[in-house]
Parts: sequence; C-alpha cells; structure tokens
Amino acid sequence: MKSLRKFIDNKKPLFQKGGKYQKLGSTFGAIETFLFTPNHTSKSGVHIHDSIDLKRTMIIVVLAMVPALLFGSWNIGYQNGLAFGIDRSIMDNFIFGFIKILPIIVVSYGVGLGIEFIFAQVRGHEVNEGYLVTGMLIPLILPINIPLWMVALAVAFAVVFGKEIFGGTGYNIMNVALIARAFLFFAYPSQMSGDKVWIYELNSKAPVDGFSGATPLADLAGGAFAKVSSMYDMFMGFIPGSIGETSTLAILIGAAILIYTGIGSWEIMLSTVIGALAIGFLCNILSVNEYMSLPPYTHLVMGGFAFGAVFMASDPVTASHTNKGKWIYGFMIGALTVLIRVFNPAYPEGMMLAILLMNVWAPLIDYFVVEGHIKRRLKRVNINGNA
Amino acid sequence: MSKVINLKRGLNIHLKGGAEKILGTSIEADTVALKPTDFHGLVPKILVKTDQQVKAGEPIFFDKYNPEIFFTAPTSGQIIAINRGERRKVLEIIIKADGKNESIAFTKADPQKLSRDEIKNQLISSGLWPFLKQRPYGTLAKPSQTPKHIFISGFDSAPLAPDYEFTLKGQSGALQLGINALAKLTDGKIFLGISPEQSNGIFSGLKNVEINQFSGPHPAGNVGIQIHHISPVNKGEIVWTINPQAVVFIGRLFETGKLDLTKTIALTGSEIISPKYYKCIQGTNLAGLLKGTTKQVGKERIISGNVLVGTQVEADNYLGFYDNQVTVIPEGDHYEFLGWAMPRFNKFSVSRSYFSWLTPNKVYTLDSNLNGEKRAYVMTGEYEKVLPMDILPVQLMKAIIAEDIDKMESLGLYEVIEEDFALCEYVCTSKIEVQRILREGINLMIKELG
Repeated sequence: MKSLRKFIDNKKPLFQKGGKYQKLGSTFGAIETFLFTPNHTSKSGVHIHDSIDLKRTMIIVVLAMVPALLFGSWNIGYQNGLAFGIDRSIMDNFIFGFIKILPIIVVSYGVGLGIEFIFAQVRGHEVNEGYLVTGMLIPLILPINIPLWMVALAVAFAVVFGKEIFGGTGYNIMNVALIARAFLFFAYPSQMSGDKVWIYELNSKAPVDGFSGATPLADLAGGAFAKVSSMYDMFMGFIPGSIGETSTLAILIGAAILIYTGIGSWEIMLSTVIGALAIGFLCNILSVNEYMSLPPYTHLVMGGFAFGAVFMASDPVTASHTNKGKWIYGFMIGALTVLIRVFNPAYPEGMMLAILLMNVWAPLIDYFVVEGHIKRRLKRVNINGNA
Repeated sequence: MSKVINLKRGLNIHLKGGAEKILGTSIEADTVALKPTDFHGLVPKILVKTDQQVKAGEPIFFDKYNPEIFFTAPTSGQIIAINRGERRKVLEIIIKADGKNESIAFTKADPQKLSRDEIKNQLISSGLWPFLKQRPYGTLAKPSQTPKHIFISGFDSAPLAPDYEFTLKGQSGALQLGINALAKLTDGKIFLGISPEQSNGIFSGLKNVEINQFSGPHPAGNVGIQIHHISPVNKGEIVWTINPQAVVFIGRLFETGKLDLTKTIALTGSEIISPKYYKCIQGTNLAGLLKGTTKQVGKERIISGNVLVGTQVEADNYLGFYDNQVTVIPEGDHYEFLGWAMPRFNKFSVSRSYFSWLTPNKVYTLDSNLNGEKRAYVMTGEYEKVLPMDILPVQLMKAIIAEDIDKMESLGLYEVIEEDFALCEYVCTSKIEVQRILREGINLMIKELG
C-alpha cells in the first residue's frame, strides 16, 4: 500500500492547480479518496469527528441491497426455468440470472458515474458518492428484458435532469432511481409493463403451455383473483417482477441492516407500512369490489412495495427532513400506493408514483412541521414570559 | 433541590486520557498571557507598554466597542511582548511573571453589604467582568444591562472534562461569596445546574441559589442546555452565564481584596503520559505544563480546552481565558487505505456501521482526522439525536446559510452558541463546519439587530 500511496503522491501535483492535467483534478480526487481516506484534519470547531462519512454510508446501503440482488439473480433463472420448462439447480439458476443482470448493472454504473464525473469536473467539485447507491437501485427496479440502451438512456436522463441540474447529491428533489424508472415507464411502456417483460426471453420465445408471466399485481388489476400467487410465494419472492423487488424476505434483511446501522430511517419504513395497512383496512370495510376486500397485508408483499418502502422512500435527501414529517411522509406513501393499486386500473403498481409524488410534497410537509415548531416556540414566550 | 431534569439525547465520547484525581507538582509559569483573540469580535486598545511592571488586576487593554470593560493582568510581573499578527492585530500580551503574584488592592467587603454598582465596579476594575457572558450570542455581558437570571453549570460533561468537585475542592467559602456578589447583579435568580453525582458535593450547601439537577449524556453540563430547560431565552431577554471557577475568583476578590487567578486545570488526552491536574495561573504558558508530560510519538494536536470546542494552540502558547483544561490528541493527517470500507475496530462512531456499539465502555484514541470529506447535507435526523433542546438544528443551520434572519430568530438562534452544537458537528456525516456556520449566523444577527 505504501508504494501505491507513493505513486499517488508523485502524480498528485500533475492534477492540482497549475499541473499538466489539472482539468482532471476531480477524477483524480475521486480515485484517490476511493483508495485512501484523505488526510484532512479539523480546521475549525470540533477537533475529533465521527468515523462515519458518506462513502461508508453509501456502501452500507449497497450492502443492504445485496440480498435482494442475490435473490433476484436466482429468481431470474428460476422464472425462466418455469416459463420454458427447464430444470436447473439453485446454483445454475443463480448463475443464469446473474449473467443476465450483470450487463444492466455495468451499464447503470458506467453511464451514471461517467456523467457524475463529467459534471464534477466541469464544476470543479469532488465527485459525490450518491450514485453508488442509485447505480445499484436502478437495475433492481427494472424488468430483466429491458434493452441496455434504454437503461443507459434512463440513467442519463435521471442523473442529468433528476440530480445534476439541481446541484448534485443532496440537492435533488426526487429520488434519482425512481426518475429513471418513471422515465422508462412513460417513454417505453411496452418494455416496462405487461406480462412478457418480467421473465427472461419471454418477450421473444413462446413459454410452456399455461404459463402467463403476469405479476400478482397484474393478475389483480386484470381481475384474475384466482391466479394470484400464494402469500408464501409472494413473501419469499418466487414470483415474476422487477429484478430485485420480488422477495420481501431478502428486502427485509436489507431493512434490518439499514435500521440496525442507523442509516435508514425506520420511521419512514414503519409509517409506510402503517399507511398501506390503514388504507387497506378501510378498503376492507367498504369492500365494494373484490380487489377492495383483499387482506391489507397482501399489499406489503406484492410488487415494489417492500423495496420502495425500504430503499426508496427512506432516501434521506428526498424524504421529509424533520422527524415528524417523516411519519406523515411515509404514511402518505403507503396510503397512496394502495389507493393507486386498488382504484386506478391503468396502473397496477402504485409505489413508484406514490413515492415520486410524496418526494415533491416532502418540502411542504417539512414547511408545516417547521411552522408548527415555530408556533410552539412562540407560545413558550406567553407561558414563560415572566418566569 | 427544585428540579431533576433527565436528558435523553446527547452523546458521551469515551476518550483515552482522562485526568486522574491527583495534583501534579505545580509548575511555576515564567510567562502568562492575555489573548484578545479569546473574545469574539473584540478590538483591543492597549493600555501598557513593553517593559512596564504590572500587578495582578492592572488594566492591560479595553475593548474599543465596549470601552467600559477592562482586561487586566492575571499576575504580577513585567510586560515583555505585545505580539501582533496580520494587519497588526494584537494576538497576545505576554507578562513575565515575577512569582510573587502581587495584586493591586481592591475593596475587601461582604458583597451582601455592597450595592449593585459597587459590585459591578469592583468586577470591572479587577478584570473579572469578562468572565460573565450573555445569552443570546455568548458574547461578553454588558455592564449597562440587568440580566433576567444568572446561570452557572456546576459540571462539565464534555469529553475528558475536569471534575469541578476536584478542582474547586475546599473553595466553598469563596463560591458562596461569589454567588452572593452575583446575586446583586440580577433581579432574578441564580441557577446552578449539577449532575446526579454531585448531590452531596461542593455546591450542595450553597445558599442564595437555586440548584437543579441534570442527568444524561453530554451536553447536559452545557449551561445553554440548562437554560433551555429552566428558563429559555426569548427574544429581547438576556441572561448571563459564568463558570464556577470564575465565581471562585470573584469570591476570593471580595474575601481578600486581592485578585488571585490561581486555578486547577486538567491536563488530559491520549498523548499525555499520565493525565492529571495541575495548579497554575490564568493564561499560563503551556510549555512548562507540556514539557516531559507528552508521549511525543508522532505529531500532536494541543488544544486549550476540550476536543469539542477548544482552540488548537502551539506547545509554547498560552491557556485560553475561559479554559480549565488542556487536551493533547494525535494529529490525524494520515491516509488510510480503503478506510471507508474497512471494519475499523478501533474507531468510534455513533452509527452502527462501525463496531464501537458492541463495546460501549471502551475508551478510544481519536485523532483530528475528518474521517471523510465535506459534502452537502444528505443524512437527516443525526443532529437531533445529540441536541437535547426543542430546536430543529438542521433547519436552523440552513436558515443561517440562507441568511434568513427571521427564521434564525424563530428557530432559536438566541438560545444556542457553538458549544451546544458541537456534538452535531462531531456526528455530521457530511462534515459540515457547524460551529463556524453558527458563529457566522450569530455575527450576522449582531450586525443586523445590534
């Protein structure tokens, strides 16, 4: 490591102001700080700092997504096997799926980081770590049959218009990964929904007899209530769906990591679940049609609900920033998701739209929370005025 | 005991190098200094010349903008240097101590028999007045004003902080006299906050004061936190704060008619061979204190004060005006290969992305490394966990950055100074310079509203 450090120290002046490659300073800095935590020391204020930094935070989130990624890889192989009547071992299923997913991940990181580096370079900023997470989120919420050029296009759109025009990581209004998904959803609906996109090659080859490839949500929206998978299958994730979002169990492992490390907000995750259950129960009480009488907990294991609640809604930048606001924000996401699912036949899934909508509302929620806080503080003057 | 207040939010950082409760062989400082830089926004007008002989309590300079407040010599001796920095800014006035610690004569009287003005004048002329700070802003108290209350925190909860029960042992008499004097300065009360361990300590028998107990992690010992929970500062109100050590100085002044700024300070930190307490004079040179007591195994950072709010100083510099502690920690200007991805078992973090939560009682050697790079705000809910106040810290910081005076006011800028937000800065994932920003906000407020 010492020789590597020496090498970097030798080359550093070339990339600093006045150096031959000073225009590549941000890129060099990103690589340097990736390899070595920098030697910066406190210049003002506290003399010691907590060991946590944004790189560590982001890598924990990526780590939390690994169970979903691993399960997703296996499920791609498994679903493909079901569709075409091929029997593979667990390992073979996994390898089959992973090889299909890998190009999507590579394209996502390649395009996204490329744009991040260019923007950082032009602005003369450091490269931010935000995309480390986004780059993994995007593949996990896409269908496996997505063409790679679409992934590249969506990533480019999301990073530029979802994040960089606002100023980069920390300044964006909406969740970048969901912008990528929403972009594809509205620009190329045939590649993002339907029964053919969720299972590898189902869009080009004929499956075995009787195989539909529809997700449970599509079955429900289509009124095919008998066909909906069992609770167990949906919880474990043995169902068609976006790459990383089928297994509620794998996502719960991720949630446990996020909550335990204190990096993900358990308030948002919990309140999202509460919101979905509350509206689910309300639907049960009214129960006009069959969809409305669906047990509320079913919503938690279908579609992108779990993945969205754990990895998307809890994105600290786009969620409410105040602790009270987080509860309202999460509740609304859960509630809206169920509302869209049950009452809007055009969209079988509501999670993405609910989160994006609440991303936009989050500052408003915070505004009212802060105003309430200020009012309470003002009241104190009247109570304690002469204390 | 009128109230017991349990604070839940906060953080105790367990550092290596806490001072053992023994007094080291006291070091006769050959020089002491008065540093105008210890006071925010002060522009000194120097009243002495080099080579002049002074006694303790003789005026050295006054503040151009508050000419009624004097800063006086901490001990007797000869002025040997007036050091200036950039643009001839006065950094320090250095006095070569003659070892006699002679004081000019002040009134020796029972403060309860003196009037408010007599006490004020005595505090101003002796140079003890600058120990009184005001909230809002944490600036020097103005003699023309009368505070709502005066607050004293009887314990310091910061990392490696000195134990006042030890440093003020046997000074109860002077404490009581000091409190009697302070009581004359306000129409309200004197509030003293103590920790649960101090319920039978040096402060317990004091009269003329209302004692409240605060339990919980740091910053429970911060006077600002205590004010917030007893009688928060609202717009237009002023309270004063003072450190118990300074109360003892005031007591001594009225008891003996002499200014005696001898105090016991803690020499702490992981780089000190055997951390303990030392007797010294206000503004003492640190060279004598640090000679032979540090480990010298690498670069050291010497801090006058504690690791959260102290000032970095050179080894031959002087103890800060308000500081009762010197901390020496390793300088952290080193690289670490893939540090962000390593398990880092010897690092401390409030986040459980490290393993320090498994060993809550382990003491750590922390250096001055930032442990990351500066970023925009990304994480939320971090500051709130270490600030036991009804204040939205991040929203307040953003109001300051946006220079939104109304918001700064309504979100509670009047109630806080740097030390209250120090833990927020410590835990910040984005390494935002919270204390610097907060002071800029306060300065803006002073400039705009006077």
